[in-house]
This record gives sequence, C-alpha cells and structure tokens, in this order.
Amino acid sequence: MSVEELAEAGATEQFAFLDESSKREIRRALLTAVAVPGYQVPFASREMPVARGWGSGGLQITLAIIGAKDVLKVIDQGDDGGVNAVNLRRLIVSTTGVSWTTDVRDATIVQTRHRVPEEPMRADQILVLQVPVPEPLRGVERDMRELARMHAEADYSRMWVSLYEDLVRNGVITQTTGYPVLVNGRYVLATTPVPRWDVPHFDGSEVLFLFGAGREKRVYAIPPHTRAEPLTFEDVEFQVERTEGAACALCGAPEAYLIEVPGRQAWVCSDTDWCERNRAAPRAARSEAELTETARSQNRA
Amino acid sequence: MRDWALRVENLSKWYGSVVACEDVSLEVGPGEALGIIGESGSGKSTVLRCVAGDVVASSGSVQVRDGAGAVCDLLELTPSQRRHLRVSALSILYQDPSEGLDLNITAGGNIAERLTAAGCRNFAALRSRARELLGRMDVDLGRMDDPVYSFSGGMRQRVQLAKAVANNPSVLLLDEPTTGLDASVAAGVLDLIRGVLEESRVTALVVSHDVSVVSILARRVIVMHQGRVVETGLTDQLLEDPQHPYSQQLVAASRG
Repeated sequence: MSVEELAEAGATEQFAFLDESSKREIRRALLTAVAVPGYQVPFASREMPVARGWGSGGLQITLAIIGAKDVLKVIDQGDDGGVNAVNLRRLIVSTTGVSWTTDVRDATIVQTRHRVPEEPMRADQILVLQVPVPEPLRGVERDMRELARMHAEADYSRMWVSLYEDLVRNGVITQTTGYPVLVNGRYVLATTPVPRWDVPHFDGSEVLFLFGAGREKRVYAIPPHTRAEPLTFEDVEFQVERTEGAACALCGAPEAYLIEVPGRQAWVCSDTDWCERNRAAPRAARSEAELTETARSQNRA
Repeated sequence: MRDWALRVENLSKWYGSVVACEDVSLEVGPGEALGIIGESGSGKSTVLRCVAGDVVASSGSVQVRDGAGAVCDLLELTPSQRRHLRVSALSILYQDPSEGLDLNITAGGNIAERLTAAGCRNFAALRSRARELLGRMDVDLGRMDDPVYSFSGGMRQRVQLAKAVANNPSVLLLDEPTTGLDASVAAGVLDLIRGVLEESRVTALVVSHDVSVVSILARRVIVMHQGRVVETGLTDQLLEDPQHPYSQQLVAASRG
C-alpha cells in the first residue's frame, strides 16, 4: 500500500475525521461550557491536520458536533473565500460529506474567524469561533494559578485597571479585538478575535456561540438568551468602530463592519455574504414581504 | 478591659522548630493606635503579617470587631473571604512599596484597583477619588498618571498610603512605614500617617524597630523580644521608665 492509499483509507474510514471517543470528550467539555457560561473548560486538544493557531480549536468543535444533515459555512475575516476558510471547509466536507453554503441563512453550523455574520442568526444555528487567546486576563497576569484564582473569585479589578489606564493614556478605550465581556454576570470572557463591532451580537442572542482554542486547549460558550455585557465604566459608553461618512463601495451599506481598501479612499463590507446579498437586493429596495418576514421572525424570538 | 476593635490571642507562629512569635496577645481599642517595637527578628512583623493574613498563623486567634459589634475571626476566613476583607475593612502599609503597589501602573491606577475591587464602576468617580487621596498625601497631581516605578521612595510610600486608605478601612496595619526613607522624607511621611490616624479614627497597629516612630504614632506600645511580648504600657511611661531589661536596652539605644 502506498502512503497516499493509506492516507486515503484513514480519511474515509472515520466520519468527521476524529474518532468517536475524541468527539465525545469534546462534546462533554462543550456541555460543561454551556452549563457554566463564560467558563473556560479544558479539553484534550487533538493533533489536527492544521497547525495550532490556524483554527484547530474551532475545527475540533465543528467536527465534534456536526451531523450528516448539517449545512456548513466557514468564514475567515468575514470572507468565505479566504485561504484558511477554504481549507477548513474542504477538510470538514471531505470527511463528513455534508453540504456547504456561503449563505448564512441556509447554514446550520457556521465556523468563523474574526467575524460574527451581520445577518442575525437563529435558534436552530450554531456559531463556532476559532480562538487564538482564550484568556481575557492574560494581558494583566501571566501566572496560571493566579489567573485561575482570579476567575474563581470573580476578582476582575485588574481588568478594570487596564481599562482605566487605557482611558487615562488615550482618552478612549483602544482595545479593538477580543473586547472583554461579562457573561451572565459572572465570568469575564474574551470575545477574541472579533472586532468591537460584533460584540453586541453576543448579548441575549438567539444563537449558541461556541469558542474553541486548540493551542490553549480550552472551550467556552455563550448560550442563547444569556447576558454578555462589554466591560465599561458607567460613565464611559461602549463604542463600536465607526468611520464618519464611510459606506461600502460595493453595496452602499453604511451599517456594516467595513474594511478599508488598501491604497484607495474606499471601504467594503467585511462580510462578503452580506455584501453580495445587498447588491442583489439593495436594502432600500427590498420587498415589503421580506421586511415583514424579518419582523415576524424577530417577533417569534 | 475596654471595648476592643482588634484582638489577638495567644498567637504563635513556628517555622519548623524555629519560633517566630509565641503566645502573643494584644487588644486595640476602636480608633486607637498600638505600637509594637522590638529589634529585627523579634517577631513583630510576623505578628502583623499573621493579622493581615499574609502569613498563616500556627495557632491562636485574631479577631476584628466592626462598629456594629459583629466579630470576625480572621484566621478562620477562607483565602477569598480574607481578600475581600483586605479590599475594604483591613489594609496594610508595607515597608517596601512594591509589595503594596503595582509599580508598572500609574499612581491613579493603583488606587483605582482598590476602588474597582470594592465595586466602583464610574470613571469620573475613580478619577476624583484618586485625585483627592493623592492630594491629601501631598503627591504632585501632575504625576498622577505616571507609572509608580518612576517615583522616589517617599512618593511611592505616599501613594501606597493613599491606596491603603482608599476604601476607608476600619483597621490599618503599618509595617515599618518609614524605614528606608531619608530622615527628612521619613518625617514628612510620618506626619502624614499621624494626620490620617487622627482624622479617620482608624484602628491601627504600628510595627517599627524605631522607638521614635512608635512614640509619634501610638499612645500605647508593646515590646517584643525573641518572639514574645516582654512589656506593655503607655508609650510615654515606657520610654521614661522601662521595666524589662530588654526594654531598658532598647530605650537606651534609641537615646544614643
């Protein structure tokens, strides 16, 4: 048998790449994570065919929860066509045979790096986030035992001090990605690596958020209908990124997370799926029926 | 005896067969300052650190009574309860400011840590309280947003004092508060501490090897020698007429 044949046999034998007991171990960790919102649950991160730091944590979660009937969407920086997204999607699809989509409305599992889709997600969907640095307190403390103690006693004063110092030095809170949120009034969690723009999505959402950090061997979760408040002083409003007067050069949307086109004074939507849909049916010209449908689904919530 | 706010009974601490302090008992009334003097190695700092909870006592009890009369045994608290107490009710000023402060953050930030730990979530309130405290401690307000490592020893001690009293503790422990400072700087800091003790009516325990420091801050004093209390009395009387041979030696030495 050649190496290629061996590799192929190994790849096709096991649904979703991981063996069943590994998947069960991950699912158990996820159940704990959902039961204790915001708590970082250790798990036995497996060696994956992607390097740690390239989404191995999110990948293991997706592989552990995916079923044959699921519809998958993978995004990287809001883009379905990013190299990392394409590679991960290819791996998941080829080991499970599930169908995939770029339209977030059709997906049941969305795996993402850097963004939460602009389109509000539903209760029958799961958003899996690939996390590089799960520890929100890493910037203020490096000793693991001390970190464990701080979480155990909800002793977050040094986190507040870092926000205080940021405000004193810069006049505004400069932390961009991974903004800390207090989940369910108990644990501080890093919303790494999404921009501040996406942070309000986590609060009282319909969808289940699962976070996986492969290198750090941690999973954590924000369940649906759970409070996730960004840490901010009472008299300093939490603000999302915004550039005055900026709008997407392709679809014209001002109310989306925009990225600057290098070398030109122009912005485009970071969420390519959202942008494409806007171009196909400009939001201003959307049919009455569609708007009513959106309103109804929100009312159901 | 009168009412007490802090009571230590039969406190002992051994490191293996080495006795750091043995059978120490003392009572401090509400708003009173009690001094502990003795040479280095006499166990006075061990007593203070056992009260603060930095060192786990081998036996004995340390009790604090609040204004409402509720008694709390410090040695029976869990580490998390003790930390909670240290945020507001019980504060310690260390000889070395780096023990009580994070030198890498600003003077204001150090105070903000104590205030946020007690639940303050208002930025303007944090700023004004930090400014008020630092002003009271004669720290140049223009340096409030400088990291503490850039401060001189005396300034650091002033910042540490500001942090220690930020949440109006009912008990303040002072461990060699001016040791290591220049004579003139030490006098300034000492003056400040005396002002704080008088103004806030805080119950204080002052540990020092320096008889003059204790005589300025405390009306009552105990003398420790080789881990034991050898004499107790009013500071003035003890300095005038020490009874125990070791006290006599100590007082004589301080007169130089």
